[in-house]
Amino acid sequence: MPLLEPRANPSVVMQWAAPLIAIGLTLLVGALLFYSLHVSPLKAFYVFFIEPLETSNGWSELVLKASPLILIAQGLALGFRARIYNIGAEGQLLVGAICASGVAIYSNGAETWWVLPGMVIAGAIGGAFWGAIPAWLKTHFNAEETLTTLMLTYVATLLLSWLVSVPWRDPDGSNFPQSIMFNDSALFTLLFDGLRINTSVFITIAAVLIFWVFVSRSFTAFQISVGGQAPAAAHYAGFSSRKTVWLSLVISGLTAGIAGAGEVAGPVGQLTLSLSPGYGYAAIIVAWVGRLHPLGIVLSGILMAMIYIGGDAGQVSLQLPSAITGLFQGMLLFFLLGADAFVNYRLKRRKPRALIKEATA
Amino acid sequence: MPSFLHASLVKAQVKVIRLAASAAVLSALAVGASAAEPVKAAFVYIGPTGDHGWTYAHDVGRKKAEEELGGKVKTTFVENVPETADAERVIRDLAAKGNKAIFATSFGYMNAMEKVAKSFPKVAFMHATGYKTAKNFGTYDVRTYEGAYMLGVVAGKMSKSGKLGVVGSFPIPEVIRNIDAFTIGARSINPKATTKVIWVSTWFDPGKEREAALTLISQGADVLMQNTDSPAVVQAAEEKGVYAFGWDSDMTKFGAKAQLAASVLHWDVIYKPQLEAVAAGTWKPSQIWAGVKDGAVNIENFGTSTPADVKKLAEERRDAIKAGKLHPFTGPLKDNTGKEIVAAGKTATDAELGKWNVYVEGVEGTIPK
Repeated sequence: MPLLEPRANPSVVMQWAAPLIAIGLTLLVGALLFYSLHVSPLKAFYVFFIEPLETSNGWSELVLKASPLILIAQGLALGFRARIYNIGAEGQLLVGAICASGVAIYSNGAETWWVLPGMVIAGAIGGAFWGAIPAWLKTHFNAEETLTTLMLTYVATLLLSWLVSVPWRDPDGSNFPQSIMFNDSALFTLLFDGLRINTSVFITIAAVLIFWVFVSRSFTAFQISVGGQAPAAAHYAGFSSRKTVWLSLVISGLTAGIAGAGEVAGPVGQLTLSLSPGYGYAAIIVAWVGRLHPLGIVLSGILMAMIYIGGDAGQVSLQLPSAITGLFQGMLLFFLLGADAFVNYRLKRRKPRALIKEATA
Repeated sequence: MPSFLHASLVKAQVKVIRLAASAAVLSALAVGASAAEPVKAAFVYIGPTGDHGWTYAHDVGRKKAEEELGGKVKTTFVENVPETADAERVIRDLAAKGNKAIFATSFGYMNAMEKVAKSFPKVAFMHATGYKTAKNFGTYDVRTYEGAYMLGVVAGKMSKSGKLGVVGSFPIPEVIRNIDAFTIGARSINPKATTKVIWVSTWFDPGKEREAALTLISQGADVLMQNTDSPAVVQAAEEKGVYAFGWDSDMTKFGAKAQLAASVLHWDVIYKPQLEAVAAGTWKPSQIWAGVKDGAVNIENFGTSTPADVKKLAEERRDAIKAGKLHPFTGPLKDNTGKEIVAAGKTATDAELGKWNVYVEGVEGTIPK
């Protein structure tokens, strides 16, 4: 017997309050955790959430970290609203990074303006293509996209591993699996001297605006949502649920691919085996915590970046174990999903018999 | 944000501002007293300190060096730092927070450290296992191949099938050298011994390391070595009743029967003089490659399964290396296609070993290219 029953009218206020409650509970349990590690919770929160914002370098690092998370989450949210669950943004990011690196490697030394735009476009196409494969599998064979997108991430990892070990390996790199370092024409320009934040952040800003307008104004966005949530209704209304699948997966692949290009043409500066610290997976949490809303995602992306950076800062300043980062991310999603469950459902208070009686009365 | 948290955060902020203000006053008063302050040094680790292998060995060395320097140096570490763009942020952060020496303990930190070293010319940067250097950027490593050779001698004695297995991380000179040294050691006892290699493309992934070990065992290998960072291979060997070795650290508690011996790294012999020089203000970047002779690597922790004569033989070889009478890469050496790579009577130079990129006779397969 299920313990929960759906609420007839889930509160709109509570839907938006849920992430705040989740953040509050995460901080509360986090405080207990710090306390048990004999670290003052206030000092720990200061190191996690305030210290990084006290220097220009801290802001630069925060934006640099949040940017790919926000960009990927925008694409994912579009699909999630339509109940198309792309779990494989990590793989799409890697393929985007691979395609962008291909442009940089084959044009190495060419000091021309088109190298960087070419990398971004190649990254977008690569990511979109990696998203299109599960779309095709779903529309033709009804293959579950949660599985196919995730499995294609492993394929992307192996593809990357082969490329950096064999054809694209740096000949002067001591046989280590990584490409040459890219030259300046293949890198985003730094915005400020001495800080790592670069012009790729404008792509993310543009993406946020485009998605915001697209989601709130466009009929296609409405069709995508309906097509995913109620295929029969969509069909009746003349919308195509196939179109929903294709658009959701291709667009989320595209944003992840651009994020991949932004990493290799940004702070990493070469193609390496370990270029993403799991941005594709973290972006799933970012999308949910941001309520699948383009502006909400901006806030949750910044929060997630803070947790990443704070985890390292906690190690540097307080000698906290590195597992804290993962614990914070996990708690945040856990409490959010828990809060969401209670927004949409409530505990059954009466025995089913009484309910049936009431329903038939 | 709940209001109680907000209030306490505001309080914390106020407190910090006050602290900062009083610290500024104090430091203005006590300019001369700063000489007594310990010098800060930081370590960047690829894995967790509890990996019981590579990172663990570094951490043991860090603690020992700090203790022996008796308050002259205060060290801290950051663990699980991925070889991504994050490495640069962490290293930069450590330099900005007043560390006078930073040790990065994985090859993949090289480019990040090179960038940060440029912006902090007064900080001493030391990178383990890399090859790039600069005015304030040196390298250090242990001659792990000497350890691998000694383990190979034990493997040659103990293997019944003559089939050995190695779980490799990445086909870089360091690892290929170790596979070769292990094989050379084994064939000095049993000239028919052969080595199979499985590459896992990671330094630390117990799941993958275990899978590779099980595959090697199923192919008939009865003594395993690994050039990865966790004790997963020793655990797998213990389960399947074959032999293995502790690598970088003692791994007895993961396989008391399986572990024949361990090649243990003693990083403190590098860290102590480096930190001492930093504290004294006399540090200069160098390219350190310390071996058995320096006490940086040793064969230790012989297991209950290892007969006394095997232990004695391994220790004799160690003493010969220490005395400079034995070098694992002494000719005649052939590669595994039969081509001579080191002529009789010659030994491979450090420069040659630094670029080592060939399997010696007895290692099966080809190096992934």
